[in-house]
Amino acid sequence: MQLQSLQDLVHKTRDTRRAQALPKFPPGERDALIKKYHPDYRENAYRPITFGPNAGEKTVRELAALLEGDSPVSADADLTPAYSTDVLVVGGGGAGCAAALHAHAHGAKVLLATKLRLGDSNTVMAQGGIQIAITNEDSPVQHFLDTLKGGHMKNDHQLLKTMVEEGPSIARWLLELGVLFDRDADGNLHVKKGGGSSRPRLLTCSDYTGLEIMRVLKDEVLNQKIQLLEFSAAVELLSDGQGNCTGAILQDLDNKRYLVVAAKTVILATGGIGRLHIQGFPTSNHYGATGDALPMSYRLGAKLLQIDTFQYHPTGAVYPEQLIGALVTEGIRSEGGHLVNAKGERFVNELDTRDVVSSSIIRECEEGRGVRTTTGRLGVWLDTPLLDVESGSGTLDKHFPAMVRQYKRYGLDITKDPVLIYPTLHYQNGGVQIDVNGESGVRNLFVAGEASGGLHGRNRLMGNSLLDLMVYGKRSGSTAAERVKSMTHGKLTLEHLTRFRSEAKKHAGSLAAHSPMLFPDYVRKEG
Amino acid sequence: MELKGFDKNIAIDQEEILRPKMVTVEIAGKKYEVPEGVTVIKALWYSGQDVIRGVGCLGGYCGACATYYRTKDDPKVRTCLACSMAVEDGMSFTMVPPFPARKAIYQMSELKDPKQDMFNLYPEAPLCRNCNACTEACPQGIDVRDGVWRAVFGDFKKVSEMFMDCVMCGLCTPVCIADIAPNLVALYASRAQGAFFSEKPQRLHDRIDEIAQGKYQSEWDRVLGMDEQQLKDVCAAIK
Repeated sequence: MQLQSLQDLVHKTRDTRRAQALPKFPPGERDALIKKYHPDYRENAYRPITFGPNAGEKTVRELAALLEGDSPVSADADLTPAYSTDVLVVGGGGAGCAAALHAHAHGAKVLLATKLRLGDSNTVMAQGGIQIAITNEDSPVQHFLDTLKGGHMKNDHQLLKTMVEEGPSIARWLLELGVLFDRDADGNLHVKKGGGSSRPRLLTCSDYTGLEIMRVLKDEVLNQKIQLLEFSAAVELLSDGQGNCTGAILQDLDNKRYLVVAAKTVILATGGIGRLHIQGFPTSNHYGATGDALPMSYRLGAKLLQIDTFQYHPTGAVYPEQLIGALVTEGIRSEGGHLVNAKGERFVNELDTRDVVSSSIIRECEEGRGVRTTTGRLGVWLDTPLLDVESGSGTLDKHFPAMVRQYKRYGLDITKDPVLIYPTLHYQNGGVQIDVNGESGVRNLFVAGEASGGLHGRNRLMGNSLLDLMVYGKRSGSTAAERVKSMTHGKLTLEHLTRFRSEAKKHAGSLAAHSPMLFPDYVRKEG
Repeated sequence: MELKGFDKNIAIDQEEILRPKMVTVEIAGKKYEVPEGVTVIKALWYSGQDVIRGVGCLGGYCGACATYYRTKDDPKVRTCLACSMAVEDGMSFTMVPPFPARKAIYQMSELKDPKQDMFNLYPEAPLCRNCNACTEACPQGIDVRDGVWRAVFGDFKKVSEMFMDCVMCGLCTPVCIADIAPNLVALYASRAQGAFFSEKPQRLHDRIDEIAQGKYQSEWDRVLGMDEQQLKDVCAAIK
């Protein structure tokens, strides 16, 4: 079939679908759907971790290998510091920049090291917005309950309460820095409805919310003259031999040399894990999203949480091939876009939580109601032209310029024709266990943003990630900066590594690979 | 992928798209065979080049992969983001290294008159000679030249709207004969617009006060005092 004739069915069924109200699945049906089709429940993709703080717990094979992986650093490495700082922030995305700015504002000497450039991150791609309860019909408590429901009741209550309560003051901070949130006619912040939320609560900067926030934070890090090391990846942490973190070893990616950083506190803000391509899924994540914080903090003895659960964003592009894995923003569904199978039927309430919507798309495809692309991939339609039909021509151009542009590059006009989508690996729900100040189980080691775990339970709601980054970036940065005022630098040792290696030795077959991975290997080696 | 009940009527099988085809491209002057239609970044990887400087979000947002390219027999050198541009036969391209543009350093809270302060921070901004090279260089299709003039004339609001699409790739900077970094000027104007010239969102400030005054304390006590089942029931009832 020609692409156009398959799309025609979507055009033809549009009016019928518009008249149809599709209820959300009742709880029983929803749970059964997730258990049967969500990738988190594919048993053969998982295995138990053999040793370390999470020994015996299951995670995906790709991550288990990293956690059991060996450090690239040898135990007798020269630990003479090249840099000495109060707070070392690892990662230059939203959480890292927020942590660095707040630590700096609290008077600490901050060094920000990042694997790529400042700002290269998943944050920059966040399109949907940031959830903050500000309307009269809404409250932080409602935000808490919505998130808890979305996370299958598995969220850490204290982390979550802290996040939703600090949301409004985070919005004020961002506004003071010059972030341009969309406004209502009366000057108030405009709110949109997001999947899984009972109230409109998303603050947006058209569909460039992450880009706008990242542009401003990056600029502010430069304005504050925070010491910056780009193309410098953290590869190992340092400890004083008594369980406290005392610094890190970076690798300069240009000359491959190791740089020892003595730091009173370390904040890992290295983001998520999409580039591990768990279960072979394409990903929406940036090039460096290889979960570096997880193996590094694990070796130092930090406990990880809910690392068996990942978010597969329902609407990743599957066609054309060049856009594989790229996100089609949830905003399209928030504004009424339908998901439509190959028969022209809707099959899920599009505003249900991401895990439910993803599972339902996988079900359609596995049961033969998906559309097959030229490269053999399966997908379902996202009826984008519907938005212009419902809200007037020009709606997509006005509200989703990034999306329109992304497809236009390949000659596809999403204002005229629907697009094919399939779930894409999007977010690491769990991560390093932290307290309300972002501190891990290892003293003076903080973790902020996607690398941390507990807050989102087993499924993150749209718009909660940007808020997580800002709140826990702030809290970890402020806490670390206050603490260093009464601290001296600790001893720099790799004793934890010696311990880790001897434990690994007892489990033959492990330590096969080095971790952290730093980058996926996409370079073609031969014919 | 399992294909239970696979049906030809729901598959795209257009001939011209199905055919796997190799094309010849020129990367920094050297010829390579790469699959047609892959992105410029993927063509680089395919050719065996390990690109780290120049790869970022891979989604068209971070501006790391600014690239010059030229299509077959066309003398015009164009710009693109390497993650979002498909290769075609006869295409030549090379990635653009970062340009050492000067970014003004300022303390937002200490600015007194941001529209006037701009002339101290970016004294080159009003020297635009209207060559329009910046606009032609922009892979996002922003009317950059117009934006620079609007910033100079103090229309920060319009600048902020025009540059919401800006990914800070910096392709507008090396072409400027007046040494203006238009993206940085626009970022300054946009931030100033947000921080100084936007209305105070009253509802947000009310909410901050309400939280500080403990308006939600009793509701928190009620919710956090629930046992697991009660909380589950409350959540299940959310529409």
